[in-house]
Amino acid sequence: MSKITSCIAIAGIFLRVAAGAQEPVKIEVFDTPNDAGGSLTITWPLSTSAQTSEYRIYVATAADGPFQLAATTTAPALKSTEPTLFGHAEANDQFHVLHFTDHDTEGGGEPMPLRDGTAYFVRLGVTTDGDELFSDVHSAEPGGNWFNTAKWNNLIISVGLTLVILFYISVARRKDLFIRRIAGLEALDEALGRATEMGKSVLFVHGLKEMDKISTIAAVSILGRVAQRTARFDTDLRVANVDPVVMSVSQEVVKEAYLQQGRPDAYRPDSIFMAATEQFSYAAAVAGIMVRERPAAHIMMGYFYAESMLLAETGSTTGAIQIAGTDAYTQLPFFVTTCDYTLMGEELYAASAYLSREPKLLGSLKGQDLGKALIIGLVLVGTALASFEVDFLTHLFASL
Amino acid sequence: MLFLTRTLPFLFCFVFGVTSWIIYYVPHEYAQTIEREFALWLRLVFAFAYVLGLVSLLSLHWAKIRQRQAGWAYSLIVYISFGVMMLFVVYNDGNGPFAPQETTGPYQWTFINVHVASSATMFSLLAFFISSAAYRTFRARTPEAAILLVSAIIVMLGRVPIGAYISDVIPEAMQWLMSVPNMAAKRGILLGVSLGAIATSLRIIFGIERSYLGGGDD
Repeated sequence: MSKITSCIAIAGIFLRVAAGAQEPVKIEVFDTPNDAGGSLTITWPLSTSAQTSEYRIYVATAADGPFQLAATTTAPALKSTEPTLFGHAEANDQFHVLHFTDHDTEGGGEPMPLRDGTAYFVRLGVTTDGDELFSDVHSAEPGGNWFNTAKWNNLIISVGLTLVILFYISVARRKDLFIRRIAGLEALDEALGRATEMGKSVLFVHGLKEMDKISTIAAVSILGRVAQRTARFDTDLRVANVDPVVMSVSQEVVKEAYLQQGRPDAYRPDSIFMAATEQFSYAAAVAGIMVRERPAAHIMMGYFYAESMLLAETGSTTGAIQIAGTDAYTQLPFFVTTCDYTLMGEELYAASAYLSREPKLLGSLKGQDLGKALIIGLVLVGTALASFEVDFLTHLFASL
Repeated sequence: MLFLTRTLPFLFCFVFGVTSWIIYYVPHEYAQTIEREFALWLRLVFAFAYVLGLVSLLSLHWAKIRQRQAGWAYSLIVYISFGVMMLFVVYNDGNGPFAPQETTGPYQWTFINVHVASSATMFSLLAFFISSAAYRTFRARTPEAAILLVSAIIVMLGRVPIGAYISDVIPEAMQWLMSVPNMAAKRGILLGVSLGAIATSLRIIFGIERSYLGGGDD
């Protein structure tokens, strides 16, 4: 009877192997790369079985157990779906990957998070047709990483561009650099002069973004240059704000500009005011100022949304000179259509340097131009290579 | 005084700028904690700044009412609206000012039926503004304007069912215009914007650009 049982068992194993049920021969367990800690990653070869298997990850703090369930899946991801962690190697299609951050507890309570610095022993169980086969036990320690290797390309590009810009700043100290004419900025003096001659005010609007956005910082820098000129020309400057922090910074910027021009008496803090904190309330408030007070010049710099058209079109009906600048490409057509001059994209960032004519600032513009030329060159080379299915350059510049 | 108005802000800017730059590359929990702390400080600054904003808004409109400036009645509406909404917030649908804000009651009703409706009205005005601006722009007075006009007609027709009804080519041409010339221009602008943002950040972090502090670059 026992021989018969043994024969049936051997036959069963033979049939399972014949059906494709496999024990995972090779697993790898390691700390999850590029994370804050508290996570382990397990990889194992792609299942060749035609049948659906259930994969269970077991974890223990000792090599001989007791093992607790950490994760279960019937559809594990492939390594190739995470190029930021595993690159673009073709072999990544042949491995499953799973990250886990906690495991069950003996009493059945809340899952226990993995602790950084603790060695965990991990094994994989594969269940096909009700039989669970286990892998070898491997150990790894979770921990936080000090550098996100997925961002090394970003770091190299940032450092490279920084060096180029700093190099041109040093060049600018020694010799004059040619900067192309930007019509919108050349027209700024004309607009302010017109306002002075007409005895009317200048309205400055700096978009909807908060103070921590680079477009708003650029707009505030331009405001500083504009305020110096309005202080010199003794022209009334009105600044309508949507954000209280931007308002406070703008007040300080304008105050300093008036002080520097020797006109602290001309500075009026209530000229830099909160118009509203909501998008369309703000648009209504500023449009009302344009129509009622009829400023001679509208300067709109910063990041705009749908209110751009409402403001610029209302402004154009009042006959004021309108100069706009934005890095919001969706709003550029509206400004181009309705304003006299428009600073497009990067010109917004160049404005402060252009207006100051400060060699150091102009040098940074030149460096920026060279950086752009380099990137355009790389895009052309990358396009040519990608056309011949050589994609390493594409992967090198992949956004992460 | 110069230290407080120029040097100290520059030092803050440098330290926080460089720290934030480093944190971007460091996923470690320590770095994330610092980032969360910065975000918390920012929220605190915002909370105080909102008080300044409110004071500015109310004093501006108070001056208009007091001096009977043009449109002072609108300023009166600002005061009345502010007062009414403040009362509704304190009332909090009968629960008082110290309970979490209810999602029902007069405050919510007024917000949805007045503020949201007014904002939607402003937004809908955009259609008329776009029409008038488009009329001015699309007059084919130059070759560039003519190209713009033809492209705009193709895109507009390609977006609506009548375009496909006229010809199957129109939706395809629209798709080509959007995904080839339009996308190329969009990416070109984005490329310049990104580089400009990097250069501006560097100028500010290293104290080369100080006009955001007011005055010139001394």
